[in-house]
Amino acid sequence: MSLSSRFWREKAHRNAYGLLVLGALVALLPVFLRTPYALSTMVLIGIDTLITVGLCLLMGYAGQISLGQAAFFGLGAYGSAILTTRFGWSPWPALIGAAAITAGVAYFIGIPVFRLSGHYLAMGTLAFGSIVHIALTEWKAYTGGPTGLPGIPRLHIAGVPLKSDLAYYYLVWAFALGGILIALNLVDSRFGRALRAIRDSQVAAESVGVDAGRYKLQALVISALYASVAGSLYAHYLIFVNPQISSLDASIRVLLMAAVGGLASIWGAPLGATVVTLLTLALREVVPLISGYGSGEHQIIAYGILLIVIMIFMPQGVTVAAARAWNRFGGWPALRGRLWRWRGGR
Amino acid sequence: MPSFQLQDYVQLFVSGLSTGAIYVLIALGLITIYNVTGVINLAQGEFVMLGAMLAVALIRLHLPLALSALGAILAVALFGGLVHRLTILPARQAPDVALIIITIGTAIAIRGAALFIWGTMPRGLPEFSPGAPIAIGGAVLSRQRLWIMGTAAGVLLLLYLFFEHTLLGKAVRACSINRQAAELIGVDAHTMGTLAYVLGAALSAIGGIVIAPLTLVSYDMGLMLGLKGFVVAIMGSLTRAPAAVVGGLLLGVLEAFVSGLWASGFKDGIAFLVLFALLLVRTVPWQDLWRRPV
Amino acid sequence: MDGPILLEADHIRKEFGGIVALDDVSLRAQERQILALIGPNGAGKTTLLNIIAGTIAPTRGQVRFKGKRLAGRPPYERVRLGIARTFQQAHVFAQMTVLENVMMGCHIRGESRPLDAALRLRRARLEEEDILLDALRTLNLVGLGSRAEQLAGDLPFGQQRLVAIARALASDPTLILLDEPAAGLNRLEKNDLVDLIRRIREMGITIILVEHDMQLVMQLADWVVVLDHGRRLAQGTPAEIRRNRAVIAAYLGAEEA
Repeated sequence: MSLSSRFWREKAHRNAYGLLVLGALVALLPVFLRTPYALSTMVLIGIDTLITVGLCLLMGYAGQISLGQAAFFGLGAYGSAILTTRFGWSPWPALIGAAAITAGVAYFIGIPVFRLSGHYLAMGTLAFGSIVHIALTEWKAYTGGPTGLPGIPRLHIAGVPLKSDLAYYYLVWAFALGGILIALNLVDSRFGRALRAIRDSQVAAESVGVDAGRYKLQALVISALYASVAGSLYAHYLIFVNPQISSLDASIRVLLMAAVGGLASIWGAPLGATVVTLLTLALREVVPLISGYGSGEHQIIAYGILLIVIMIFMPQGVTVAAARAWNRFGGWPALRGRLWRWRGGR
Repeated sequence: MPSFQLQDYVQLFVSGLSTGAIYVLIALGLITIYNVTGVINLAQGEFVMLGAMLAVALIRLHLPLALSALGAILAVALFGGLVHRLTILPARQAPDVALIIITIGTAIAIRGAALFIWGTMPRGLPEFSPGAPIAIGGAVLSRQRLWIMGTAAGVLLLLYLFFEHTLLGKAVRACSINRQAAELIGVDAHTMGTLAYVLGAALSAIGGIVIAPLTLVSYDMGLMLGLKGFVVAIMGSLTRAPAAVVGGLLLGVLEAFVSGLWASGFKDGIAFLVLFALLLVRTVPWQDLWRRPV
Repeated sequence: MDGPILLEADHIRKEFGGIVALDDVSLRAQERQILALIGPNGAGKTTLLNIIAGTIAPTRGQVRFKGKRLAGRPPYERVRLGIARTFQQAHVFAQMTVLENVMMGCHIRGESRPLDAALRLRRARLEEEDILLDALRTLNLVGLGSRAEQLAGDLPFGQQRLVAIARALASDPTLILLDEPAAGLNRLEKNDLVDLIRRIREMGITIILVEHDMQLVMQLADWVVVLDHGRRLAQGTPAEIRRNRAVIAAYLGAEEA
């Protein structure tokens, strides 16, 4: 008994420690970065983290690729927006209602897709994403059409609306950290093990009693839930939504964040979200200097090349690749040695 | 709703067929690539865009139309081979998920590059043989639509001859049936993969060039066309070319009727509804699901 | 041959796109028996195994396990009835630790759902501890206790096979299907394998063994079924099979020549 208890406690400790460090970082960052621009960027990174964690569960653990995460995000955002503005729901029930709707939709997409072998989920979600995007753009009576839907109320806690960016920042990151914790728990459970088993060998997983179709479906629904909650948080933060949030490019951006952090790395999600967001901001500054055209879409070249390079050279994500490089370099002792020599210590 | 007469239906039908022919070309490219390399190439639509864009660019250099078209097709074909060598071969050991992501990366990199080079302004390509539309059986057809259908038919015939009657075509097919066995008899699977990409890219480029005079050419035209090529390829289970031909034509006609009789905003949604319907229908009985273990 | 019957396959026929892989093959396995399925390559042994495991459906014929018809039940349900299996290619979960691989074998005994796991409820934690202990015990049985924390994909092939056997055993089966467990093993490893298979039988588990190594088969099997070109050529005790002319002509003779 003692062996197994120790085993679990060790794992739990490692996760708790990581969460504590990340939590402290999140709590302290606003002390240093307090411009409204920095704060709102960090809020959006928190939202991106949440949706990325969901995709990591599906892609890194269940081995299924989704090109429709932005559509689930859009359903969450528009769900919240429509339920609050057109039906007079208050924001929290709207967030839950939107999540329930999104989960239901994911479930119904998953049923036909997972009965087929092969990578039909990629096609299915791609098609689904396009349908959502078209519906949000065309169904003007409810969605406001291409110009979007304004006037979404803010979230409130104990009757107090979260007006300041700082308050919203902490709320969003509480969700993100909670999402990470839940994902870590899932990965290290009977459920998560079954998902990884399917990814490694579906025949073998079925031979030990895993109903692969059902597990993949559950993973899809969970990832859709993450995306939907992220979408609702987004809608109540910007108090405005437009169909662009559900576009294919937005889905690809989520894919990129997951790839940068490492598909099978829950901890990589906040890193991927941060790197991609900062990269986007940087490109937005740099690209217009090179290109004569004023459109802000040029960053997709960088997205594309980055996706290819990461998948070819570091499929496990930047963190793992960095750790490998670090070890090859020789770790701390080597660095100390180099520094020593560099300072003329020899 | 305006009252429709027979010739209007004929008109919609024929213009649907010609759009469908484009989907067929794209789908056949996808199928070729998938069967030889096992890669679901999500960058297929970008080859369509590149073909059309390059043709426009060459025409602006005052080259004659035929030469521009040919040059564009060749350039895109070579580019396709390059994509295979640079992005697919280095990752051939990677899991399927990684390969799909790579093709997505390729797609958006190409789209971004096109945006960078050519900007957002749509460009036009002149009709191949300008002139008054031709009346056939009460329907009025633009000459370009005839060009599209003629080209597609010609390409299909050439493809058939290539795969059935040339040594190279047979080698490509051998690879798609059983890669290991093909290598045993001396076929180099990597070369065949590159060739499949060359062929697939060329097919898409042809599609892009013949449709360009009707739709205008823009950096993001590849996305929708590529997706529809996909739906059509899936109609053929990603393997059966004849089914894809029929499916592509049907999809084109269906789209023409929906946008002609109902609302054009939803036109692009049809392909995806069809895809879902297909996925539902294709939920085959269990025993066929598990492939025979090797 | 008089123990109670555990598994019956009756008149199994399987066609793959017009090619007949199995033609009217029947077999019966008794409780606690080691039944060996032998025959030249392409005889249909693995196909028959896959039909019993539910990976593929027979074109015609019935499989009954403990008297129950198995038709229409996918593999993941058959494990719950007590049919576990291994594969020729081992098929370990390469990116998971050896221990986790064996824990997967206990999957059918767990009941916790995603929600229990997400909130790390006490129920799920206790279940995990149970499964972990069981898995460790099974791992020690096959002699891989010291490899528990290694990635299964990093083990040598012979040990991956053992991981797969442990994984199958962990589901607490009444019947275990072993597909060429000795292929690629050296003499020493084969001896260990023979011991292991005997110990599995002593646990009260019936074994159906597909194997090429005749010496190992003759050493272990209580009953041998010989397949050739999709048909059942002969069956009997190892001694009877060794004397059977048809078998010698079609199979043993060919190999020894």
